[in-house]
Amino acid sequence: MDEAIMRVDRTSSERRLSTLVRHLGAGLSSPSCSPSHTSISTEQFENSKNAKISLSPMAAFGSVFANVVQAPEDPILGVTVAYNKDPSPLKVNLGVGAYRTEEGKPLVLNVVKKAEQSLINDPSRFKEYLPITGLAEFNKLSAKLIFGADSPAIQENRVATVQCLSGTGSLRVGGEFLAKHYHERSIYIPVPTWGNHPKVFMMAGLKPMSYRYYDPSTRGLDFQGLVEDLSAAPEGSIVLLHACAHNPTGVDPTPEQWEQIRQLLRSRSLLPFFDSAYQGFASGSLDKDAYSVRLFVADGGELLMAQSYAKNMGLYGERVGALSIVCKSADVAGKVESQLKLVIRPMYSNPPLHGASIVATILRSPELYHEWTVELKAMADRIISMRQELFNALQAKGTPGDWSHIIKQIGMFTFTGLNKGQVAFMTREYHIYMTSDGHIYLNNATFYNSLVIFLQEDQHGWFE
Amino acid sequence: MAFRAMISSRSIQQSKWVPSAGVARQMSSWFGHVEPAAKDPILGVTEAFLADPSPDKVNVGVGAYRDDNGKPVVLECVREAERRIAGNLIMEYLPMGGSSHMIEESLKLAYGEDSDFIKDKRIAAVQALSGTGACRLFADFQKRFLPDSQIYIPVPTWANHHNIWRDARVPQNTFRYYHPETKGLDFSSLMEDIKNSPNGSFFLLHACAHNPTGVDPSEEQWREISHLFKSKNHFPFFDMAYQGFASGNPERDAKAIRIFLDDGHLIGCAQSFAKNMGLYGQRAGCLSILCDNEMEAVAVKSQLQQIGRPMYSNPPVHGALIVSTILGDPELKKLWLQEVKGMADRIIGMRTALRENLEKLGSPLSWEHITNQIGMFCYSGMSPEQVDRLTNEYHIYMTRNGRISMAGVTTGNVGYLANAIHEVTK
Repeated sequence: MDEAIMRVDRTSSERRLSTLVRHLGAGLSSPSCSPSHTSISTEQFENSKNAKISLSPMAAFGSVFANVVQAPEDPILGVTVAYNKDPSPLKVNLGVGAYRTEEGKPLVLNVVKKAEQSLINDPSRFKEYLPITGLAEFNKLSAKLIFGADSPAIQENRVATVQCLSGTGSLRVGGEFLAKHYHERSIYIPVPTWGNHPKVFMMAGLKPMSYRYYDPSTRGLDFQGLVEDLSAAPEGSIVLLHACAHNPTGVDPTPEQWEQIRQLLRSRSLLPFFDSAYQGFASGSLDKDAYSVRLFVADGGELLMAQSYAKNMGLYGERVGALSIVCKSADVAGKVESQLKLVIRPMYSNPPLHGASIVATILRSPELYHEWTVELKAMADRIISMRQELFNALQAKGTPGDWSHIIKQIGMFTFTGLNKGQVAFMTREYHIYMTSDGHIYLNNATFYNSLVIFLQEDQHGWFE
Repeated sequence: MAFRAMISSRSIQQSKWVPSAGVARQMSSWFGHVEPAAKDPILGVTEAFLADPSPDKVNVGVGAYRDDNGKPVVLECVREAERRIAGNLIMEYLPMGGSSHMIEESLKLAYGEDSDFIKDKRIAAVQALSGTGACRLFADFQKRFLPDSQIYIPVPTWANHHNIWRDARVPQNTFRYYHPETKGLDFSSLMEDIKNSPNGSFFLLHACAHNPTGVDPSEEQWREISHLFKSKNHFPFFDMAYQGFASGNPERDAKAIRIFLDDGHLIGCAQSFAKNMGLYGQRAGCLSILCDNEMEAVAVKSQLQQIGRPMYSNPPVHGALIVSTILGDPELKKLWLQEVKGMADRIIGMRTALRENLEKLGSPLSWEHITNQIGMFCYSGMSPEQVDRLTNEYHIYMTRNGRISMAGVTTGNVGYLANAIHEVTK
């Protein structure tokens, strides 16, 4: 992954000072501005106090950050920036994974609206600081959601759960904890993966490595490559696993394959780190989408689990998520939780209250919970039906190529198989925005016509 | 490896050496060696307070405002803003840099409505996770772009400042600030330490209502500090967590910053809305860095976003909407200004009451500092042992450095508090 950090030359004190001199002009021959690092004498200090330095408020010092270079746009979020700038009325944004209705509008779930109303109408609610680990009730309910209410790990108090800022925050806090307390720094990440994963783990102090995952020739899972690469990973390495609806390919292992992956990881003492951003969104069933995670928990082993409510509750901007660490014993879980606090405190002290309160309100109420599962299934079903629609449209037009992967894959994304050049063409000619690796978010049926025509006509012979 | 051979021969089911499905081979925890972390000195106090069953207990630990009944407060302007927002219901991701409306309003508050820096677009600013998040973004940015720099931190300071710059891997030094004998500012030592530091050092300054001492430089002293900073070419980084909360007037509380701006410094500033808008748990804040020109501001902002992206992608929307709704509406802003003054005035009143009570009890010690100091906190001068006695014998909770959160003092408990302090200090 290209490193977006542009290191700059260090600004020397000489350069800063010459900038200063340029700006100040005449008034500045006082010895107190010499570049030496010795301290100035009281006399010099007194002199400098009295020196008439005539400045306009703007003219004093050059910035110490004058050489900072502009960073490139984030490869994913930058798509939306470009989309927003486009004046074309035809434009479509298939970049960021945010659900859209049939009308192309963002959706706030009814159950979320209800939860918010009840929070606002409760005069006893305060906005005080949450504990460092977040809203306790939210943490318990989140653990139950992903691990199952009857999970032995929960019954035995072996799970340390902390509220974090959505999936990103959970991954970052988990990564920093591992960098501090775990004996291995390597984290194995599937190829491809969500664009932000490598950066998150690198900033956390881990060393991203990769394992094969996606097979472009079958547009499915490269199971053999996965097994080979993880078999070669040093014992104890961390392995990042997408719990379901792999982002960006939509390709998931089958249950049988998950069992083999589990055995492989456990036999080599590799530490699983799950990223669950789509529970309930993939198949429409919360339990089914948690299958892989629960399989691992059932064998009594340890793992990390990053949960996000951005998509499945539509709480994107509220930044709601949770990091759970399943440990061998309750004692260890207690100590682990205490150390997680030390990671969080110097980052942002304690997590934001609003989104977690909404989630807790929904998860604790049987009626609201049920209502949520219904809305969630509707969203998942719509995406599944759009996959079918796209596939049918391609079949009907006799589009060259095998498009069955579109209905075999699962979740919000599909890999069109378009390359950078083709993506750029789609954007230029059709105002269809997507990330340059060609994965699209299946949220908007109106683009299908354009996409199908484009693929149909294959003007550039790209599919031959 | 046997496993690979197994797969390629498609004889997965025939393997004999793979452990049975029910049992993980790993027998002991990978985290068994993890030590239990020490409790956070500040937030741990509230935990202990909550666990205490005594009816007399008093919490003057964490800096969260209480009304005269000892109850937390949600400002009216905040309630109204929330009512307006609830209809809105957009929860989409904010841009990486956060809400531009909130940033705009935050900058006006810190730098002045008519600031030329704002007009000339010379401020790189991003929404941050309250004051902590703003400081952390700056510390990470400082590390990345000036890797040889270090930060000078006042003694004492909010304990988490040290954690933040440590986790950002920026080397720290300290400068003298508080004078234990006078319980005021040790100005000459402060100036000496500024003078003796290498040119171009980074300094953390509390813009107003210093935490934990409540001791602020006077306006004249700020001018001298600014002047000395100029000659040393130091970088001033202001942590402003109490704008409006100190004197009751946000413009007045930003005076130090305005002095530095007038002198031509290009400062950095962390703003928090936790206390002055009572938005504690919403984590609403802003980090700004003044630049030479608009182009540089764009570049710096883009790099700040690159630091936020692998930390939390984009900041939370709810608190930002509340801030921008309040500050962007003249009526709501007026209401907020009244409410913030109300909070500050109550605290000033409690300072007077506490001091008078102690003097009336015939304490031989001087308690002038209680009313000389400003903002939420009073640095009482008590020792950790005396604080422990307060907690164990009187169920009064505060941090062991003797810092009293005046926001937790009420007309109902000020007498009890004064009496207890007198007992352990006489």
